Amino acid sequence: MNKQNQGPLVHIVKRGALPWYCAWGIRAAAIVLALLACALVTTLLTGEDPIQIYATMIKGAFGTTRKVWILFQNIAILLCVSLAVTPAFKMRFWNIGGEGQVLIGGLATAACMICLGDKLPNWLLICTMVAASIAAGAIWAVIPAIFKAKWNTNETLFTLMMNYVATQLVAFFVILWEVPKGAGKIGIINQSTEAGWLPQIGDYKYLLNILIVAALTILMYVYLNYSKHGYEIAVVGESERTARYVGIKVEKVIIRTMLLSGAVCGIAGLLLVGGTDHTITTTIANGRGFTAVMVSWLAKFNPIFMIFTSFLLVFLDRGASEISTVFGLNQSFADILTGIILFFIIGCEFFISYKISFRKSARKEGKANV
Amino acid sequence: MFDFVSFIPRAVVQSIPLLLGSTGETLTEKSGNLNLGIPGVMYVGAISGVIGAFLYEQSLPSAEAMNGVLAIGIPLCASLLGSLLMGLLYCFLTVTLRANQNVTGLALTTFGVGFGNFFGGSLIKLTGSEVPSIALSATSAYFSRSLPFASKLGWFGKIFLSYGFLAYAAIIIAFVCAYILRHTRVGLHLRAVGESPNTADAAGINVNRYKYVATCAGSMIAGLGGLYYVMDYACGVWSNDAFGDRGWLAIALVIFTIWRPNVGVLASILFGGLYILYLFIPTGTNLAVKELYKMLPYVVTLIVLVATSMRNKREDQPPASLGLAYFREER
Amino acid sequence: MDNKTAAVKMRNITKTFGSVVANDKVWLDIYRGEILALLGENGSGKTTLMNMLSGIYFPDEGEISIDGKEVVIRSPKDAYDLGIGMVHQHFKLVDVLTATENVVLGLKEKGKLDLKAAAAKIRAICDQYGFEVDPDQKIYDMSVSQKQTVEIIKVLYRGADILILDEPTAVLTPQETDKLFAVLRNMRNDGKAIVIITHKMHEVEELSDRVAILRHGQFIGDMPTKSTNAQEMTNMMVGHAVTLNIDRPEPVDPKPRIEVKNLTVRSIDGVLKLDDVSFTANSGEILGIAGISGCGQKELLEAIAGLQPVESGSICYVEDNGEREELLGKDPLRIAEMGVALSFVPEDRLGMGLVANMDLADNMMLRSFRRGHSFFTDRKSPRKLAEAVVKELDVNTPGISTQVRKLSGGNVQKVLVGREISSAPTVLLTAYAVRGLDINSSYTIYDLINRQKAAGVAVIYVGEDLDVLLELADRILVLCGGKVSGIVEGRGAQKRDVGMMMTRLGGSKADE
Repeated sequence: MNKQNQGPLVHIVKRGALPWYCAWGIRAAAIVLALLACALVTTLLTGEDPIQIYATMIKGAFGTTRKVWILFQNIAILLCVSLAVTPAFKMRFWNIGGEGQVLIGGLATAACMICLGDKLPNWLLICTMVAASIAAGAIWAVIPAIFKAKWNTNETLFTLMMNYVATQLVAFFVILWEVPKGAGKIGIINQSTEAGWLPQIGDYKYLLNILIVAALTILMYVYLNYSKHGYEIAVVGESERTARYVGIKVEKVIIRTMLLSGAVCGIAGLLLVGGTDHTITTTIANGRGFTAVMVSWLAKFNPIFMIFTSFLLVFLDRGASEISTVFGLNQSFADILTGIILFFIIGCEFFISYKISFRKSARKEGKANV
Repeated sequence: MFDFVSFIPRAVVQSIPLLLGSTGETLTEKSGNLNLGIPGVMYVGAISGVIGAFLYEQSLPSAEAMNGVLAIGIPLCASLLGSLLMGLLYCFLTVTLRANQNVTGLALTTFGVGFGNFFGGSLIKLTGSEVPSIALSATSAYFSRSLPFASKLGWFGKIFLSYGFLAYAAIIIAFVCAYILRHTRVGLHLRAVGESPNTADAAGINVNRYKYVATCAGSMIAGLGGLYYVMDYACGVWSNDAFGDRGWLAIALVIFTIWRPNVGVLASILFGGLYILYLFIPTGTNLAVKELYKMLPYVVTLIVLVATSMRNKREDQPPASLGLAYFREER
Repeated sequence: MDNKTAAVKMRNITKTFGSVVANDKVWLDIYRGEILALLGENGSGKTTLMNMLSGIYFPDEGEISIDGKEVVIRSPKDAYDLGIGMVHQHFKLVDVLTATENVVLGLKEKGKLDLKAAAAKIRAICDQYGFEVDPDQKIYDMSVSQKQTVEIIKVLYRGADILILDEPTAVLTPQETDKLFAVLRNMRNDGKAIVIITHKMHEVEELSDRVAILRHGQFIGDMPTKSTNAQEMTNMMVGHAVTLNIDRPEPVDPKPRIEVKNLTVRSIDGVLKLDDVSFTANSGEILGIAGISGCGQKELLEAIAGLQPVESGSICYVEDNGEREELLGKDPLRIAEMGVALSFVPEDRLGMGLVANMDLADNMMLRSFRRGHSFFTDRKSPRKLAEAVVKELDVNTPGISTQVRKLSGGNVQKVLVGREISSAPTVLLTAYAVRGLDINSSYTIYDLINRQKAAGVAVIYVGEDLDVLLELADRILVLCGGKVSGIVEGRGAQKRDVGMMMTRLGGSKADE
């Protein structure tokens, strides 16, 4: 009977609002713990000194001017895709089809460059590319939106399947346009004429992309927080019934928001194909459609915070790939580290929303916060 | 004439990983957990089996010294353990720490695929082989061994009896899961947990335990799908990224079967068939068209997805609390 | 009664949610062979207290003992093992399962799952108490009272002898209520301990043996029902005396404002929800809508508000100058654009009327955010409006940047009503405006509605408490199964007559 007198060993209760500095403190602590865990794992797998490893990571990300530029370019593209999926997420529309929407945007860009490269003056070609990539991305995103709006079809799975349809479509065109025949790839498009290549600002290959994405970030922030559309998105996301009650046309908002979401993904495709790569492959989006989900969620759907979360993920990726080359591991090592860090960050949200009291301390004032 | 006798067995071997993956995911989703980490879990299931088999093969002087029970048992246990750990990780984050299931799932997939490719790559390096793959043909021989008299029965043997034991296990597991969900107390409780955890909790069902058990069991079943792929389908050859997007296809299959593992047996064979149909349709020299045929399974899934949502039958809907974390004292 | 040992003793029970203290050192005794009515204003912690007894919540502090033995109730399962069963206000049933499956849910019986045997046992319980439920019916096909019956059967099936019912009559017709009370009395005579949480004073007086009162999470006192009266209980609940009378000023210059003719509505599954309904709502008048729950009240209001597809009929808005506008086939946005000032206080406050996760100011914008041609929203006027509502309606909130879901039920309703009347409507639709509200908040709402009436607004008030309808409404439209059972003058109407009309068309043959 003695045992019965005790409460449960661990008892979890919801916290009131935590001051922002505590919340961010917990997140920072989680990242530090995650880095320690990563160091431990790396040391176990490679036998190297963890400090050495982090030095290598930083070197991999910031080591040379070129590396810094690549870092920022990667952040820009990831941020662009994250910005694209964010309005949809705010609406509780789980668009995990960023991957496909980027691919289709890239495909449209490539199609313009290949088919119209020698027919149009360069400025007109670039305008066409912009229009085509935005339209293609928007169309790819609006298809699941229409079904969601009309029949409440599960959007997570719909957008996921659309990714593969897009991949196969790109694969089809890659073989159709392959240069030379039988190579299985397109190679650099318009290498001699540079037709349809987005202009370079000075000597900086990536600067244009970075500036475009920076502008998009601010626009998206303003759009989500201060515009009527942004307000409608928030209401629809919180409660569809409330939205209908105040006369918001939910179907219209879903479709409009996904058009926007897809259009921005299309821009990401444009930047990749027209701005930097000047070619198209099935892997050009490189999983960013999925990583963007995490970037957006970790930043609580705030475009400004997303700069930091995308920086974190890109830094990890670049750093880990440096470790891979220096210590002779393969590229996938980056995924393991990213996974571990994400687990810590995802897990730490719990300690922000809840507190744990242990049996002994439950009756005293001191609540154990972990 | 379309060659069914060679088409069907190939469709079936394609279907088994999908079937195991979708059975596992169905079990998981019935508990209200949408585990988008299944692709990662299947990778881990596969690579764990490979590691187990590799270590066992390396510890022996020659392939003749292999013991059948150990040759199957070690990779099997390693695979189950690997996928169990992944399931536990997912549960710890989403059930105990109540994290967002979509994000956790995607992170798990990133991690799992990376884990698979990293260890795959490392093993390849260890063997010092010329090609970027690792072959465990001796272990694979045990996994893909079919009934000895199957080859004597002509087309019948080829279509029905030519598979390794894991294929039959997959079908049995699917039917057992369907029975458990439909006709047992545990199944009833599990369905209640996925539909309405509040209600289940008030009825005295340990919601978290059911979520943990169902998700971990689901992960282990899905992990077997990875093991089957590498040991039987791929004849023991691991190469990075070869498993492809079968994990996602398994998730799609769950919807295709409207959360019924017994339907999954036939549906997965249909899927498997669509997946390889492009190999059987003569396209001549036009290689590009083959890429379009590869779209088929995804397009068909889309059609089914749309069709079920249009029919809107109460019993065919996803578990009501799918994707939501449960906290008893929510208010 | 003193010689009996308490079945349940709760001592010093404290429970907090975030910064809100729901129960503060509460003492409560529950005896066998007795019906205890647990009374208290809304937010006084009655449900929280009972949830701790049934294992939904775990107390921060305090002891619970059953039959003199101290126990720890960690989960609903522990509660069941101790013979405690609770019927929650929000039913805890799984929609896609059958009644039988729901009843056996969670039971740890040995052997195979035998649904047939369970169904037989359920039928036996039904026969014993006169319940009418088909054990093989799916819950989503059931009416509210059938669902409640399943809940009660669930508790009985487990052999609970301490029974807690959280506002069980809120969804029942008077006849169903009588039946339920008879069952509860039977159970009491069997020696079971019964706790009933309710707001309705006459039910306390009719049914209970003893009454316990909570106020602001604290235990105020308990006494035998016989030795007290409604006035005293109310005083104990609210802490000071309140008048029980509701004002009903004479309507000023009533003119037809909304004319509904031959309105027929079907639900998505083709069930007839409203059948040939016709009536007129006048300006400066409160039209009460009575009827048992689910008789088409929701559909009627939503049809007028432009939220419900209609099969046939017409809804006309009549302007002061006699001009008529058809509202049918128009969505809320179109109706507003036509210049019809229509406000709607829906039944589901946080699921429909407000956005739970947004703060007060953002919720104020819901109706008005489209105003102006700017691409951007105006953030200043909603803040002003929020501040005005908080001040005028005395909303208890830390500030206008607080999320609405953190407010108590009464304050949420004040925010919602405040916003709806701020647009100076000519028509005000309210559905269960005081459901779940304590007496003080209820009177604030009645007062607000009366002020709207005085300003010439046509008020349509859907209510569930007949006493209130009879005192508040100028005319009462009674719905029965989607048809108009009759329209009576509010002044002088008899409760019994209206109650009969609710259950039988016309109510005339009721006496047979």
